[in-house]
Amino acid sequence: MEHNVYIYIAIVALTTYLVRVLPLTLIRKEIRNRFIRSFLFYVPYVTLAAMTFPAIVNATHSVWSGVAALAVGVLVAWISGNLFLVASSACAVVFLVELLAVRGPML
Amino acid sequence: MNKRQFLRGLRVGIPISLGYLAVSFALGITAREDGLTALQATLTSLLVNASAGQYAAFTVMAAQGGYLEIAIVEAVTNARYILMSAALSQKLPATARLWHRLVIGFNVNDEIFGMAIAEEDKLNPFYYFGMMVVAMPGWATGTFLGCSVGNILPERLVSALSVALYGMFLAVIIPAAKKNKVILGVVLASMAVSLGLSVWPLFAGISSGTRIIIITVVLSAIAAVLFPVREEADGHGA
Repeated sequence: MEHNVYIYIAIVALTTYLVRVLPLTLIRKEIRNRFIRSFLFYVPYVTLAAMTFPAIVNATHSVWSGVAALAVGVLVAWISGNLFLVASSACAVVFLVELLAVRGPML
Repeated sequence: MNKRQFLRGLRVGIPISLGYLAVSFALGITAREDGLTALQATLTSLLVNASAGQYAAFTVMAAQGGYLEIAIVEAVTNARYILMSAALSQKLPATARLWHRLVIGFNVNDEIFGMAIAEEDKLNPFYYFGMMVVAMPGWATGTFLGCSVGNILPERLVSALSVALYGMFLAVIIPAAKKNKVILGVVLASMAVSLGLSVWPLFAGISSGTRIIIITVVLSAIAAVLFPVREEADGHGA
């Protein structure tokens, strides 16, 4: 049976929306339980750290430019914390490292 | 006040949007390989706004999987948003209206969540709306371009832009880790475990989305038991 792409898209959109909107709308009160409060306090840091590493190292064309992006990103974030500055210096260092050091078919 | 927060959101949304443009460009190329038209791929991006979730969805579509199957795959790959959405529910002020929550729920994702949670005080919904307004067109446009004109950007540029979003994550977690030793420990432990699980054959087979959920639930629970936050330290207290 041939499936309809637009029905697929509707199902994907609806499922994703429910996953995102239910906790936001069902949890209306401030949670008092200390464990749950602490748990939710740590969630973003664990999630973002786990998503960043090792993925950042594998995102670029070369592991070395990825490592350089991580090092420069951490350094700039430690010193300044400015979102745009951190993101653009990470991009810039990848570009430079791949331009100067990585030889390959991607010219 | 709300207008100013909205404008601030627009500004913060710019780097998010640029990062999205690069990532969704790659997503668009994948969509075309999986047999979607540019219209279908762009529509999916507009409605879904999820990288891993969309990759998974396109794969199931290409394989002509069942409707129930694609719903389950989607719920699993996007399950980390349940945690983010729960965390955001605690970040909103008591004055937040239902429609605020319904609109925010349309675009809970890694980057905007990261920015929202980095707020010192409660989250103003209009700041969130501002970020959405700028970021979402970037995601859809990148998908459209990737799907319709393929390799228009030089590969070097795509490679460089692909770390933009990770740079933004670092801009959220590193300053917090600098101020708080427990967060520093939690961040280092998360990265170490994430690396460990990605190379450990037992876990390397499962999707990165599922791996991140496991890491998040386990490590956040351990941190919550060992280092429960004090009322004034977590941004929710008096």
